[in-house]
Amino acid sequence: MGRRTPLYDTHIRHGARMVDFAGWDMPLHYGSQLIEHRCVREQAGLFDVSHMTTVDVSGGGARDFLRRLLANDVARLTTPGAALYSAMLNEKGGVIDDLIVYALADDSYRLVLNCATHERVLPWITRQAGGQRVTVREQTDGAIIAVQGPAALAAMQGAFGAAAAALVSLPAFSSCRIGDWLVARTGYTGEDGFEIMLPADAAEDCWRALVAQGVRPAGLAARDTLRLEAGLNLHSHEMDEDVTPLEANMAWTLAWDPETRHFIGRTALEELRQRGGYLTLAGLVMTKPGVLRAGQLVRVAGSPQIGVITSGTYSPTLGHAIALARIPDIGAREAVVDIRGRPAPVRVVRPPFVRHGKKVYN
Amino acid sequence: MVDTPKELGYRETHEWVRNEGDGTVTVGITDYAQDSLGDIVYVELPELGDELDLGQEAGVVESVKAASDVFAPLTGTVIAINEALEDTPEIINASPYGDGWFYRLRLADPAELDDLLDAQAYLDVVEEEQDSDD
Repeated sequence: MGRRTPLYDTHIRHGARMVDFAGWDMPLHYGSQLIEHRCVREQAGLFDVSHMTTVDVSGGGARDFLRRLLANDVARLTTPGAALYSAMLNEKGGVIDDLIVYALADDSYRLVLNCATHERVLPWITRQAGGQRVTVREQTDGAIIAVQGPAALAAMQGAFGAAAAALVSLPAFSSCRIGDWLVARTGYTGEDGFEIMLPADAAEDCWRALVAQGVRPAGLAARDTLRLEAGLNLHSHEMDEDVTPLEANMAWTLAWDPETRHFIGRTALEELRQRGGYLTLAGLVMTKPGVLRAGQLVRVAGSPQIGVITSGTYSPTLGHAIALARIPDIGAREAVVDIRGRPAPVRVVRPPFVRHGKKVYN
Repeated sequence: MVDTPKELGYRETHEWVRNEGDGTVTVGITDYAQDSLGDIVYVELPELGDELDLGQEAGVVESVKAASDVFAPLTGTVIAINEALEDTPEIINASPYGDGWFYRLRLADPAELDDLLDAQAYLDVVEEEQDSDD
């Protein structure tokens, strides 16, 4: 038996097919991942993401500590509630994890990291914090619920009334307090929506209130097809400790200025950028029948380097296969994927594939 | 609950076989197989006239989640394929033993029919697989 979130019994009652995910018993789907996927694109879906790692960093040295720990710059968080997406790198520039950092107050931050990386991440942060004026504390008694889709805001208002009024004007990638909840306008689907961090004992009531608004529970399977359509990376697929942000379409998250900020991994990244010749992450589209899968090799005319698909799936919104792949960076518009020994021509595009329910790639 | 009709024969690799009684059989994948795969979005079938050997790869089923090989449960020649699967592979999820059939074989050696698992033996295979998943 794996670890259970505060919503485990709720998932069983909803008829979830449970699977092991990095040691946690999590819902894969509640009947059909395609229906759940469509529901998020067209209305709203509900995800239990309580398995994600939550770490609070506070103290007089917190800001300086995070400016060294993270490749993006928390100095950009100028108001409480603001949030930032960042990679956390090793000295080689490889991605230990990607995360969202929230400014809770002066000298107080919250990191929400992946679940699967937990065993590596906590010791790393704790080690880096040694001798700094910071307190690092993992939060293990909370729940995180994501409500995602064009109807997410209406559902929050319907479920929580006046308490949710502040959400109307909450900008994307920022958060606010509602009682003892922290509600962020963030997500992993390419749709509008919220992630609610709340005490474990409030999770079930919150879940029920949103289901009563017609929000449909959605599992990890739909979460994966939604994030892939949205062109969002998944750690251990698009990047890992041997893959840098430059190779994972994450250059936009690297805050190079000011030059005096020596974040971990900076030197290695500067050398790699200087040297060039590395593979970069692109989108692939195959409109003929079939499905692109992680691990399939990708060849681009004009380059001897061989690329690889990092994530691939059937796109429920588009009705054909899509993939993210690390391929030679020579501006090719076409590539060939080896599918079980057969060459399949694909188009090379710039992700995302889908945003706000619509095809967006060219 | 996994549906395993008693009148069918099965293979450990999750194909079912219906003996049509005229030297031909109809082949598909089991309810357990479709349920494990989840939403099916693509099927590769053998071609008409293909001569399949017992245990040979005879197609691929892809769900959103994963790709899975389909093996020939018996030796024979492909005499019909279910063309509806090309545009509507989801009927395998809805009706694995009915509209979701894959192809028909003219048997090379009807004696092979005796090697098929019956419904109970197949259920034992499924149970073993489910246990090893836990």
